[in-house]
Order: sequence, then structure tokens, then C-alpha cells
Amino acid sequence: MSDPNGERPVVSEKYLTARIDVENSASLATICKHGAYQTAERVLKQKQPAEVTQIVLDSGLRGRGGAGFPTGRKWTFMPKDFEGPRYLAVNADEGEPGTCKDRILMNEDPHLLLEGIILACYAISSEDAYVYIRGEYLESYRVLARAIAEAEAAGYLGTGIFGTDVTVRVHLHRGAGAYICGEETSLMESLEGYRGHPRPKPPFPAIAGLWQKPTAVNNVETICNLPSILEKGAEWYKSIGTAESPGNLLYQVSGHVNAPGVFELPLGVTARELIEEHSGGVWKQRKLKAFIPGGVSTGFLPAEMIDTPMDHGSLMKVGSMLGTGGLIVMDESTDIVEALEILTSFYRHETCGQCAPCREGCAWSHRIVKRILEGRGLPGDLDQLREIANLSDRGKTICVFPDAISAPVLSALKHFEEDFLAHINRPQHLPSEAAS
Amino acid sequence: MSSTDGQAFTEELTAEINALKDHYPDPHATVIPALILVQDAFGFVSDASLIRLGEILDLPPAELFGTMTFYTMFRREKEGKHHINVCKNLSCHLTGSRELRAHLETALGIEVGQTTEDGFFTLGEVECLGACTEAPVLEVDSEYYFRVTPDEADKILESYRQKAKALQADE
Repeated sequence: MSDPNGERPVVSEKYLTARIDVENSASLATICKHGAYQTAERVLKQKQPAEVTQIVLDSGLRGRGGAGFPTGRKWTFMPKDFEGPRYLAVNADEGEPGTCKDRILMNEDPHLLLEGIILACYAISSEDAYVYIRGEYLESYRVLARAIAEAEAAGYLGTGIFGTDVTVRVHLHRGAGAYICGEETSLMESLEGYRGHPRPKPPFPAIAGLWQKPTAVNNVETICNLPSILEKGAEWYKSIGTAESPGNLLYQVSGHVNAPGVFELPLGVTARELIEEHSGGVWKQRKLKAFIPGGVSTGFLPAEMIDTPMDHGSLMKVGSMLGTGGLIVMDESTDIVEALEILTSFYRHETCGQCAPCREGCAWSHRIVKRILEGRGLPGDLDQLREIANLSDRGKTICVFPDAISAPVLSALKHFEEDFLAHINRPQHLPSEAAS
Repeated sequence: MSSTDGQAFTEELTAEINALKDHYPDPHATVIPALILVQDAFGFVSDASLIRLGEILDLPPAELFGTMTFYTMFRREKEGKHHINVCKNLSCHLTGSRELRAHLETALGIEVGQTTEDGFFTLGEVECLGACTEAPVLEVDSEYYFRVTPDEADKILESYRQKAKALQADE
């Protein structure tokens, strides 16, 4: 592993998945032999909550749920003088297609997440953490429920943990199938027992979140970074990855590669390293056509961009995002229109329906892409798709869902317009009727 | 109205629903976990169950109906004993989920959305299950199966039939 600019050392040491190969890694007795909960105990006994927040701020840790917002800063938005409960909501509603890292962390090392939760709760003075787990992750729910029971029995969770006067209760809350609930305000609505409709912001969750109380919403992988940051310090953490995006990331490579998998690597590795070195290259000896860098909402990039470093800033520069680090690889046989039909169908299904531009925009985007794919496309369809994307995204709705569909639509048109034209200009092209 | 047969809440179920309230400052938060408990008990959530649950939670059944229909995992009707779901999102599509779906439709003699005549399997299609590096992914009830080929899908179906036969033989 080398830094693309040769400016700084890039350390490659696993700390998120270091213990997942331990036999029986979900058992408390086993994992304590590998250091679990030692950092939490030391921190609770030796440091003040404000010091914990400062270390996380200094580390530069950015959220791993997709937006990449600095975690420490999120915490500092919570009012210091608020009297009454405050909450930690752990976002385990992993649903962004291409993403499959939080499930592995929860299933294979649940005590790493629980230790991280203790540290986060201590930093923000919360006594109750709610882990919102997507309904399909029944195994994660069962593993975590058992881990919580073991940790409670050992005095690591509950009231007066580690012999201090600190209380941290962890509650598991299952979702029931809705992509939008990964959006933090939708998650809170759902947790409170309603349809998962995102809430207007402001107020932000840090001010008025769960039950209108100050709430920090953090992703599972984000929380799993905390034990190592508190153990080894901000300087150590900043020595990994890039200056803007420190730390390791769980990159997930799926699609047309020989050896798909989840790889813990420093932020800033290139898509080429991920595809060629870690995932065995594009399958069937074919050439790369396109890739989606970080979950489907980050859009399509052409093969020429394979040397882009997979960090927040570098991907933003090429008009994409790091997102969740879920890299989807497409070989030269892939029809981008077909891929986009699948994605627009997904967004059409998952829009919550609150805001007209999103509800109608997602449905029409899908109808148009579908008719192009079926050879019923019209000459004006591509402009129509662009117009819909511009009508609905960037602040015209309650949440950022329309931006999530606009990215794949606009990037597909920008980089792979010839795929669309091939369908539209197909000889068997028939005049279109009204869309389905 | 959907079927109400056999949907009497046991004392244990009612107690389990009430125990959910300990976790939240506002009992309204128990709506979704309670609906999950009801569905786990009966296989689906009937109108009668919504009315009974509304009594326990002190909420109108219409509100419970409105909430549950937002979420894809809740069922309003009795379906097959086992639910087979094929992931249809991009990573699974790229690695053969459409062929897998077609194979299952042929093997079971039904289309997506239908239940086999013996009521044993319901076939469905779902959005991303969060196991993209293991694509194509098949879910049977809450069990995940990874990198599933058509041949393996046959074996999976057979394993559920064998398990049911073994159970029957025991009884």
C-alpha cells in the first residue's frame, strides 16, 4: 500500500475486523481474552466525557453511513446544558445496495459495537442507546441480543458499569423493511412507531431527535472505530488513511469480480487496487466498463476513473461520493440502461411518498428508463430524465432521497449516453404509447 | 376483512407485547416491535389482530394499519409456510439473480408473488438484503443463502421439504 502522492506513510493495520476470525468471536468470555471492553473501562475511570469528544474530534473520524460528516462535530452540536435525557441512536438499517459491512461487524464482533456504544454514550452523556437494526438482519439481532445479555451479566452494560456511576442501557429495535429508514430522521420516526417519513430539518437530531430530545445518530461502523481511537489516540488514527479522511474503511467489492469480498483498508486506496489486487480483477477475463464507488446512490463512473482514490474528497472531485464504500463492478458486457432500470425501480419502490417531486420523479424516471430499455424510447427522453433529476434534487424536498436517484441517472447519462442511444435508435423501435 | 381464524392472542404474547414498553419513554415506540411479535405468532397480521393490538397499545387499529403497510416485511394475508425471496438489486442482478428467479419459478411451478398449491412455499423478490459480496443471495424465511446457483437452489428447496417430512414422521 502506498500513498498516491508519496507524502505520508499509510499504515495498514486492521482494527475493525481484527477479531472476526477468532473462533466464537461473539462470546464475551472469548473476546475479552482479546482485549474487549478494556478501553471502555479505562476511559470511564480516567477520562471526562468532554475529553472523549475532544479525542474523537481530533482524530478526524468521519461517519461511515454515507454522508461522511465528522462524528465529533456531530456530538458537539448537542446542547451541553440540557436537563433531561439524551439519546444515542445507532443506525444499523444497512440498506444502500452494494453495502454489506455493518452486518458483518454485528454478526462477527458484536462486543466491538457494544464497547463503542459505551464510549459514545459516555461522550454525549446518554444513558440509553437504541440500535435500529433492519428487519431482515434477524441473525444480527439474535447475536447482539445474546451479547447484550452477556455484557449486562458481567456489569459492562446497565447501571453502574465497571464499578463507576455510569449507566448505559442498550436497546435493540428491529425495523420491518424500508430503505428510507436509514435516513436519520426517518429512522427516528420509525423507532417512535410511525411510518418512516423523514422530518424537516431544522431542528436537527442533535437538538430535537428521539422523543424531541438531543440525539446523536451514528452508523455501526462509525461506532466500531471508537474503541481503537480511544485506545491508541487521535495521532495514531490520523496516521492511517488520508489527511481529510483518516482511518480504515470496510470496502465492499461486489458484482463482476473474481473474488468479491469485504476488505478493511486505509481510506484512499484506489478503485484499481480494490478491484485488481483485492478482488482478483474483473471476472471472465473481461474488461471493466463501469463501477459504482460507494453504494448505488453514488452513481456510475467509467472505467477510465479506476485510479481515483476511494476517499471523500477525491470522489467528490469526480462528481461522485465515497458513500458507504460499497464498490459495484460492471464488466464490458453490462448494459448501463438495464442497470439503471433496476436502480430506478428500486428508488420508485422505496420513496416514502411525502414530497411530490420525489414521489413523482422517481416513478417517472423509472417509467422512462424502462421504456428506453424495452425499445420504446423517445428522442426527448434523455432530456426529460435530466429535467426530472434537476426538478427534484438539491434541497427541493424534505430529505436527500431525490439526490440519491439523481446521481445514478445523471452519471449514467453523462458517461454512458451511447447505451441509451443504442436502445432509442434500435431498428425495431416502435412508437411509444403512454408509459406503463 | 382478512381471516381471523386462530388469531387469539395468548397470555404470553400479550405479556411479551406489554414488556416491550419497558424499553421506551413513550409506549408508542412499541408499535413496530409489537406488530413483529404478532406476525411471528400467526404468520400474518389480520384485521382481528390489529383490533386486539390496538386495545393493548391504546391506539386506533386504523393507525396500526397505516403504519404496518408502510413496511414491506408485514403480511396481511396467510401465505406459504416458507418464504423464498430472491434479491433483485444490482449486485445480485449482475451475478445471476434473474436466472435464479426464473429457475425457481420453473422448479416451483409458480410466479413471483404466488404460493405453491400445497401451501409450502411462497416465492418473492426483494430489494437489497445487505450481502452484496455474496451475490446472488437467496433468503428463505430469515435465513440467508449465499452465491446461490440454480443447482444449489434445488438442494435448498429439497432440504426444507426433507425437514418437513422428518418432522411429520416424528409426529
